[in-house]
Amino acid sequence: MKVSITVNGKEHHSDVEPRTLLVHYIRETLGLTGTNVGCDTSSCGACTIHLDGEAVKSCTMLAVQADGSKVTTIEGLAKNGVMHPMQTAFMENHGLQCGYCTPGMVMAAIGLLNENPKPTEDEVRMGLEGNLCRCTGYHNIVKSVLAAASAK
Amino acid sequence: MTITENKPANIIGTRLLRREDPPLLTGEAKFTNDLNIPGALHLSVLRSPYAHAKIKSIDVSAALKIAGVIAVYTGKDLQSAWAAPMPCAWPVTADMKNPPHFPLAIDKVNYVGDGVAAVLATNETASRDALDAIDVEYEPLKAVVDLEDSLSDKNIIHQDLGTNKSYTWPLLVEETPGCVAEAFKKAKYKVKERYVQQRLIPMAMEPRAIAAVPQPFGGDITLYSSTQIPHILKVMTAITLGIPEQQVRVVAPSVGGGFGSKLDVYAEELLCMALARKHNAPVRWVEERSENTQATIQGRGQIQHIELAADENGKITAVRVRIVGDMGAYLQLVTPGVPLLGAFLYAGVYDIPKAYDFECTSVFTNLTPTDAYRGAGRPEATYAIEMAIEALAREMKIDSFELRKRNYIKKEQFPYTAFSGLTYDSGDHLLAAEKAAKMTDLVGVRAQQKKQNVPGATKLLGVGMSSYFEMCGLAPSRVLASLNYSAGGWEAATVRVLPTNKVQVITGTSPHGQGHETSWAMIAAEKLGVAPEDVDVLHSDTAISALGLDTYGSRSLPVGGVAIALACDKVIEKAKLIAAHQLECSADDLQFENGTFSVKGSPDRALPLAAIAFGAFTAHNLPDGCEPNLEAQVSYDPPNFSWPFGTHMCVVEVDTETGAVEILKYIAVDDCGNQINPLIVEGQVHGGVVQGIAQALFEEAVYDSDGNLKSSNLAEYLVPAACDVPAITTAHTVTPSPTNQLGVKGIGEAGTIGAAPTVITAIIDALSSLGVTTMAMPASPQTVWRTINEATRGGKQ
Repeated sequence: MKVSITVNGKEHHSDVEPRTLLVHYIRETLGLTGTNVGCDTSSCGACTIHLDGEAVKSCTMLAVQADGSKVTTIEGLAKNGVMHPMQTAFMENHGLQCGYCTPGMVMAAIGLLNENPKPTEDEVRMGLEGNLCRCTGYHNIVKSVLAAASAK
Repeated sequence: MTITENKPANIIGTRLLRREDPPLLTGEAKFTNDLNIPGALHLSVLRSPYAHAKIKSIDVSAALKIAGVIAVYTGKDLQSAWAAPMPCAWPVTADMKNPPHFPLAIDKVNYVGDGVAAVLATNETASRDALDAIDVEYEPLKAVVDLEDSLSDKNIIHQDLGTNKSYTWPLLVEETPGCVAEAFKKAKYKVKERYVQQRLIPMAMEPRAIAAVPQPFGGDITLYSSTQIPHILKVMTAITLGIPEQQVRVVAPSVGGGFGSKLDVYAEELLCMALARKHNAPVRWVEERSENTQATIQGRGQIQHIELAADENGKITAVRVRIVGDMGAYLQLVTPGVPLLGAFLYAGVYDIPKAYDFECTSVFTNLTPTDAYRGAGRPEATYAIEMAIEALAREMKIDSFELRKRNYIKKEQFPYTAFSGLTYDSGDHLLAAEKAAKMTDLVGVRAQQKKQNVPGATKLLGVGMSSYFEMCGLAPSRVLASLNYSAGGWEAATVRVLPTNKVQVITGTSPHGQGHETSWAMIAAEKLGVAPEDVDVLHSDTAISALGLDTYGSRSLPVGGVAIALACDKVIEKAKLIAAHQLECSADDLQFENGTFSVKGSPDRALPLAAIAFGAFTAHNLPDGCEPNLEAQVSYDPPNFSWPFGTHMCVVEVDTETGAVEILKYIAVDDCGNQINPLIVEGQVHGGVVQGIAQALFEEAVYDSDGNLKSSNLAEYLVPAACDVPAITTAHTVTPSPTNQLGVKGIGEAGTIGAAPTVITAIIDALSSLGVTTMAMPASPQTVWRTINEATRGGKQ
């Protein structure tokens, strides 16, 4: 099926199989491998991207469902060689270790602040419920998100 | 000597941000499955749906007809591909039983997930589709799932062995023969406890991924793998496949967490390599999560019996331990050694006489093999002794903290020769414990508890604690030899000063989240007087880092980091000879500070390292016999383990109506000696603590009586999310290790070791007024609720 999807500001016209998941389209068709896959039950959130400005798990939808949409992946966050403030906040607060959940976590965190610009610690913890991390114990992820919120 | 005596630059000990982060934060980092490998064939593995069954027949004809499928192999087809069975590097006893284990099962499957057939296809979709088209006829056999059932040998898994017991490993240390039994006879107080360490699934966020790329004409093969152990893997795959070792290169690209689960030689690595050579094409494989829960090793899986004898003051006089260890269906790389890593720690941080009787019997089950999972044997041991201490305090009707204080090894006793003959390098348990108590506001919490935990109250407050020792920094090679481990415990480092005074550090450690690039650069920068950003750290590719023993067992800093410091010393020593030659003075008259050699007392007669590095490169003016270039290589065998320690405390509130446990406060006071980068140390503690909390409250690999895994994906296996766990308050005491020049100890596993007993003792403390004295892990709301009801109604539900 023919789809037209704008990814990180660039429009792509592709012919995809109907069963292709959006995450596989992003990783394999477009070669944007920053978006990771960590499970097969939509539990881990490693594949979180922004679809028309909203954080979604790209493994829970088909590429064809994204036809006509604007997608931002982790590769699309930095502008002119400068990381997004959320990326910087993760670095400054040691909000990542192995880095595998990180792209999804960062995208989810930006989505969270879009909806709730000044969250409490509890709201950050609840808001990131759909993203699993095995390394950090979340302590510094929460700290990173709160730091990004207070820097806004 | 500690770093404070040799500190020119003040880089060590600072919270330098990680250089690893920008590539990981922007999607630039490449994990194995991100690699673009043209022409790669995809491997998929058909796995057994039965825990125990004979393979009657396998029909692959329909699978071969699927478009894109290149070949399908059964275990029998590949028998000739293996020069040796899959390796187990730790034959703990001479008579240990180790069934042959091949990448694909032959004739019989022994756990759900055991490989039965391998499909190669031009694309992943076709290779997965083909799995459904393979027709296997099984004859199911009775599955052995329960450890005590396995011990009974009623149903034997590996018939040729004649038993399900793999080995029995005893450690009896007695001052005089029979003194353990004597101590128990004379004891004023005794406790006898039984604990179950449930099986856990490591669940590194990156599932395993592999790509084997052959050079059909050159003869070499490169294995890309999400592994913790590229060096060990190189040796082991060469042996198992019968390939000359020099033709194998192993690369671990960015690796998304390991926790021990990537410390192994896996069937899929061998399959990819064998089939890549057979088909003269790259072969890749990536694990699905529900495949990971079955095909990647699991952790823990022990039944522990512990007995303590104590005198009238509660001073422990003897320890007796019996363990049954669950090996799973086969022995993986270090499976049998895991319980032994805990064998020396069942006396915890306590001063006990030579009256210690430990024995571990390990058995096979029809379940996924177990192996090292964060802490490996040591969280289990710490849990048992700390829970037993609580039981002893209940028996004596005294406060458990008071009981610990009576038994702690005292600061002035270090270095302390333990009952086992091992020497604990340094410690101050009381200091760490008192700091934790103060930060917890133990006095205040106890007062609040008195107010809150009144008869009829449904929200009960509890405080828990555990004091731990971690035996880490694996390890002195001779000690490993005495434990029958097949390899050494050294680590290698090369330090090279380039002509432009930039530095290359090559390490044998293989990080997967620990931030070695940052920390190792800090060590070299401090030693050589250069900026950390001028130091490049290379690792995880056996073509670049030829020697190494990789990353596990909290060894990287106390062994690998120290090796780097020693290599820097060698570089400085050589540079000093060149400086002396060029300054026309004796090397003994030179001092090295902030990257510059100068003549003592004549600071104007000086040469910066930069000039010497360039001079060593041009080699125009070197002393006679001095080789060009400024580099040094070190293989460092540590003289001792490192012994980090600490005390964790937490405050919980338990809802007696729902069984829900909320952790209100978690305090971790850890002592890992000098810290290279406190930011990274804290991160290691946070993550470790949450994995320990996860064992205490959430996680368990649940199997039914037929050996089917009921928690086989991330929807069913409860890895905690941010909202499930508390903020962690970390603090440290600093007791440098006297056994290495940096004064450092490991920290990777400490959190996991401290946390589970801390949480469970807190829950029991909260419920003590209801008569609760035990709590199974994971303490899910249902388990807590049931335990309360059993205690209060005096019977089972």
